[in-house]
Amino acid sequence: MWNSFYDGVVVIVCVNLIAVLGMSVLTGFTRLFSFGNAGFMSIGAYTAAICSVQFHLPFVCSITVGAAVAGVMAFLLGSLTIRLRGDYFLISCLGFGECVRVLFNYTRNLTGGANGYSGIPYRTTGIVALMCAIFAFVIAWNFIHSRYGQAFSAIRENEVAAAANGINVVRYKKLSFVFSAIYAGWAGGLYAHYLQYITPGLFNIGKSSELVITTVLGGLGSLTGSVLGTLIVQLLPEIFRSLSEYRMLFYGIAVVLVILLRPAGLLGYKEFSLTGIIRRITAKRKVQNSEGGSKS
Amino acid sequence: MKILIQQMITGISIGSVYALIASGYALVYSLLDFSNWAHGEVCMLGAYCCFMATMVPKIPFALSCVIGIGGAALISLLNEKIAYRRIRNNGSPNMFLMIAAMGLSTTYQNLANVIWGSKFKQLPKIFSVMTLNLNGIFIGTTDMLCLGVALVVLIALLLIINKTKFGLHVQAVACSGRTARILGVRIDRIIALVFMLAGALAGLAGIMYGMKYNVYPTMGNVGLKAFIASVIGGLGSVPGAIMGAILLGFIETVVSGYISSGLRDLISFSLLILILLVRPSGLFGVDVQEKA
Repeated sequence: MWNSFYDGVVVIVCVNLIAVLGMSVLTGFTRLFSFGNAGFMSIGAYTAAICSVQFHLPFVCSITVGAAVAGVMAFLLGSLTIRLRGDYFLISCLGFGECVRVLFNYTRNLTGGANGYSGIPYRTTGIVALMCAIFAFVIAWNFIHSRYGQAFSAIRENEVAAAANGINVVRYKKLSFVFSAIYAGWAGGLYAHYLQYITPGLFNIGKSSELVITTVLGGLGSLTGSVLGTLIVQLLPEIFRSLSEYRMLFYGIAVVLVILLRPAGLLGYKEFSLTGIIRRITAKRKVQNSEGGSKS
Repeated sequence: MKILIQQMITGISIGSVYALIASGYALVYSLLDFSNWAHGEVCMLGAYCCFMATMVPKIPFALSCVIGIGGAALISLLNEKIAYRRIRNNGSPNMFLMIAAMGLSTTYQNLANVIWGSKFKQLPKIFSVMTLNLNGIFIGTTDMLCLGVALVVLIALLLIINKTKFGLHVQAVACSGRTARILGVRIDRIIALVFMLAGALAGLAGIMYGMKYNVYPTMGNVGLKAFIASVIGGLGSVPGAIMGAILLGFIETVVSGYISSGLRDLISFSLLILILLVRPSGLFGVDVQEKA
């Protein structure tokens, strides 16, 4: 029953989930848009791959170095651009992502250029990816429910009011940006050790916008929403594989419909929880009971 | 020296095509404060409309161009009527408009893929592939045609915005939608008209781009270049977008001519980040009062 195809699906879902969780913290909780996260994935993937192949570092070290380098790059970029307003920040991220792609295409000696970088050992099995995804979710959950997460939400709701309450807006925005880049780098490293062969074209603007769209589809300000969004975006194309030509079309239409009909996304600003659902059902029943009582 | 002049003219010609799209971005941004990511795809669909019209026998090329431009305007209007207006009336934040535009962009790109396939389609070349020889400077006739038409259209656009009553209304809505409504401007109508205008400009640019190169489903990516141009010029400013586009086209050709075509995008994107760092609201960034 369980074959390499399912294993591959699990890896793809988990890798994307990690990158989307980073995006969710950045977009859903801090309301900053980045179209450059594929660039950070690319940096993480190439760094981890080079560490594994050239320096024969163990898998965990390669992934850590990849994520760390992506984080450092985000820190440097963020120091320069985090003060830009709205769309200007977004476009600077987009520019950065494209710069990374073109640069990796150009540095043939280090990254293999457009021909890609091959010979990466196969390390990311389904189990490893799943463990990483759960670990990433737990960290993100705790991060969001810490003092830092509260500060992010405050910045999202009203930047001026947050600053007036003593939150260092620039510092927290940068922290959120670095966090998302580390997650993207982590995802990239895992992805490289699954594919065994990476090209710069894998991490283009399409990938960046896919991450943003997944986050929005799942619901802004909700980590469980991001999980749901990732499951939908990654699994539906696998299920409808026979309609390969049409699936991206349906995907685009679905995005437009969700934005039109449920603007906050599937789980906007709500976390999925069993107790919450039970409480809701019982509350409805109580209301019905009390209404029934008043009528009689 | 002659080569440099040749490169400059080619660059400005490409830049003028970018400028047609970039001014559409600027117009929409000035009114609604969001980046219309589906604009590049409108340009692509305009080119396909023109291509479909040329397939019908006995239609002159000029008429099929008009059909292409009209089709693009119609699609742009539909985007506004079906998607953007509803989102605006929902009271959702501006970024949902941008996400919806991204969804529309994916939809159109794949729709074109499904309908016409991913093969390159060719628009008829009016002057075949000819070059003018001006005292040792070689210039493609298609380049000259694009440059000429684009210049006329852009000047007309600036005149419309600055001299007509419609332009005054656009400026008023850009300055403050609510005040304009109080003073009797029909905002929704103005916005719909601006979307049609932007769509028509994009359709024209798509036809030009298709004549220079080919027509294919991912040609909407030229919209990204145009968006960068409008950011360089300052979002929401039409003259800024035109200047930014011509600057970008010029830099691209000079870099690919003298340094390396592989580094072309790297340098234009780095330049973008650099300009944003030095002038955070673009080269010709404008106050609210001077938008559009």
